[in-house]
Amino acid sequence: MTDTKNRVVEKVKSAFSDQILDVSEALGETTISVKRDKIVDILRFLKEEDDLKFELFIDLCGVDYLEMGGFERFAVVYHLYSMVHNQRIRIKAFVPEGDEKIDSVVSLWAGANWAEREVFDMFGITFNHHPDMRRILCPDDFEGHPLKKDYPLEGTGYRESFLKVTRENAQ
Amino acid sequence: MEKSFDALVDEEQFDFEYTPHEEKMLLNFGPSHPATHGTLRLVMELDGEVITKVMPELGYLHHGFEKLGEHRTYNQVVTITDRMNYVSPLNNNFSYILAVEKLFGIEVTERAKYFRILLAELSRISDHLVCIGTQGVDLGAFTPFLYLWKERENIYQMFEIISGTRLTVSYARIGGVPRDRENIPPAFFQKLNAFLATFEDTLDEVERLLTRNKIWLNRTKDVGVISKEDVFQYGLTGPVARASGVEWDIRQAEPYSLYDTVDFEIPVGEVGDVYDRYLVRMEEMRQSTHIIKQALEKMPEGEMNVDPDTKVMLPKKDDVYNTIEGLIHQFEIIMTNRGPRTGKGEAYVPTESPNGELSYYIISNGGNGPYRFRVRPPSFYNYQILPKILEGRLLSDTVAVLSSLNIIAGELDR
Repeated sequence: MTDTKNRVVEKVKSAFSDQILDVSEALGETTISVKRDKIVDILRFLKEEDDLKFELFIDLCGVDYLEMGGFERFAVVYHLYSMVHNQRIRIKAFVPEGDEKIDSVVSLWAGANWAEREVFDMFGITFNHHPDMRRILCPDDFEGHPLKKDYPLEGTGYRESFLKVTRENAQ
Repeated sequence: MEKSFDALVDEEQFDFEYTPHEEKMLLNFGPSHPATHGTLRLVMELDGEVITKVMPELGYLHHGFEKLGEHRTYNQVVTITDRMNYVSPLNNNFSYILAVEKLFGIEVTERAKYFRILLAELSRISDHLVCIGTQGVDLGAFTPFLYLWKERENIYQMFEIISGTRLTVSYARIGGVPRDRENIPPAFFQKLNAFLATFEDTLDEVERLLTRNKIWLNRTKDVGVISKEDVFQYGLTGPVARASGVEWDIRQAEPYSLYDTVDFEIPVGEVGDVYDRYLVRMEEMRQSTHIIKQALEKMPEGEMNVDPDTKVMLPKKDDVYNTIEGLIHQFEIIMTNRGPRTGKGEAYVPTESPNGELSYYIISNGGNGPYRFRVRPPSFYNYQILPKILEGRLLSDTVAVLSSLNIIAGELDR
C-alpha cells in the first residue's frame, strides 16, 4: 500500500473508527467497507478534508451479495477520485435486507442524483432525503428490481402480459 | 414513494395556468427527435422561446446490459460492450477487457498494447467526427458533415479489414485480440497510412468552414457554459471537463496500456461553452493522429496474443483441427459452461473514452463470468447537468448544447 493510500485509510479509520467494517487492498485498489449510518459524513470527510480532497464524484452503484456473502445482503459502492493527489478510493456501505435504506449524497455531489435513482430502480434501495426518488430506467409501473440476484434473467412474466399480436387480432 | 409518469406534467412542477401576460407551453423534445440522436426525452416548459424548466427522461432504450453481462462468460460480454457506445465500440471493448485482464492478472504483449492504443485512438477520432459532423448538421452546416463522414468511412473500412465488421467490432479477447495471431492484414496499414497522410488536411478544411464562421460563433459562443465547480459537482469528465479548464486526462494521469510511452498534449478550454467543447474535440483529433503515428513507430514485431498455454486464449486453428488437445482447449474456452475462470475478487479500471471516463467495475465470485458487471458510462453523468445549463436559454440552444455533450443513448440507458 502506498504512503498516500495509507494516510487516507488511517485518517478515515481514526475519524470514524466505529463505522469501519473492513479495509482491503487488492490489485492496487483500496476498499473501505463501512456501515451505512454515517455515509454522508464519511464521504464529506473524504471530499473536504484538506489533505484528502476526493472532490470528483466518479460513480455510485449497487451490489447484491446474495450468492457471495458479505457483511449484509446489499452494498452501495462509491468510487471517488482526488485530482490533487491522483488517487482513487472505493467506499462500500452495506445495507441489510428488509430495510433497504441509506442516506442520499446528492447534498455533496449533484451528480449522484441519477446514479442513486438507478440503484433504487435496479436494487430497490431507497435513498433518504433524495430530491426526486423515482425509477429512472424501467417504466414507473414496472414490478420488481431487475438487478437483484433473485430476479430472473427472463423477467417475472411482466413481458408476457403484453398483448401478443397475431394474424387474427392484428388491426 | 414512486410518482406516476403523469407527475411530469403535474401542476406542482409546471405552471399551466393561463394569464394574459404569461402563457407557458409544455414541449416534448424527443424521445425520437433527430437531435437527440437516440432516445432521450426532454420535457420542457417554455415561456415564449425561453426555456424555463427542463426535465430529462431516460429509459426508452433500456436493454439491461448489466443484468445480461452477469449471465455471460467473460469473452461473451465483449459483444455487449459494443452496443453501449455504438459510435466508439473499440474503446468500450478495450476498457472492459482491461478490467478482466486485471482480474485475471494477465499482462498482454507489447505489440497488442500498441495495437490497442492505435485502434482506440482511431475509434476516438471516429467518435469525434460523428459528434462534430452531426453537431454541424443540427446547427445547419451540412458541408463539414460530408467532409468528416468521408473520413469516418475510411476508419470503418479499416475496422472492416481487421475484424470483418464495421460498427460492432467486438475486437477484444482476454489476453489480446480475437484473430491475427501472427499478422495484422497489410491492407490495414496501407489504409491507415493513406488516412494519416490526408486526415489533418480535412480537419483544416473543416476548421476553415466552422471556426471563424459567424453563424457558428453566434450559435455556440457563450451557450451552455459549464463552470469548473460544476465539473466536480456533476462528475463530468472527458472533453466536457477539459473544455471547462480542468486539465485532466486519464491517459496521462493514470496511464494504461502503454500510454505513458507516447507524447501528446491535453487541449484545455477556458469558458466551457459549446464552442470550447468543439475546439477541444478538434484538437483532440489532431493529438490522436500524433499518438497513432507514435504507436505505429513503436509497435514491435512478435506475438499479438498471450501464450495459449495460459488457457485464456484460443489455440491456433492448425492445432484445433489436427490435435485432440487443441480441440479440447478450444472447447474449454468457447463452451458457455466452461470458459476461463478466475478467483474471487474485484477490479475497476478507469479509461479515457472519447466522451470521458469510461470504467468497468467487475466483481468475480470465481465463476466463468462477472458476478457484478457495472459500467460507469460518461454520457450518463455528463447529461445530468443539462437542466442547469439549458434553463434560461432559448429553445434553439437545446440542439447546440445536446450535441456538444455528445449524446449516446446506449450509454444513458445501458
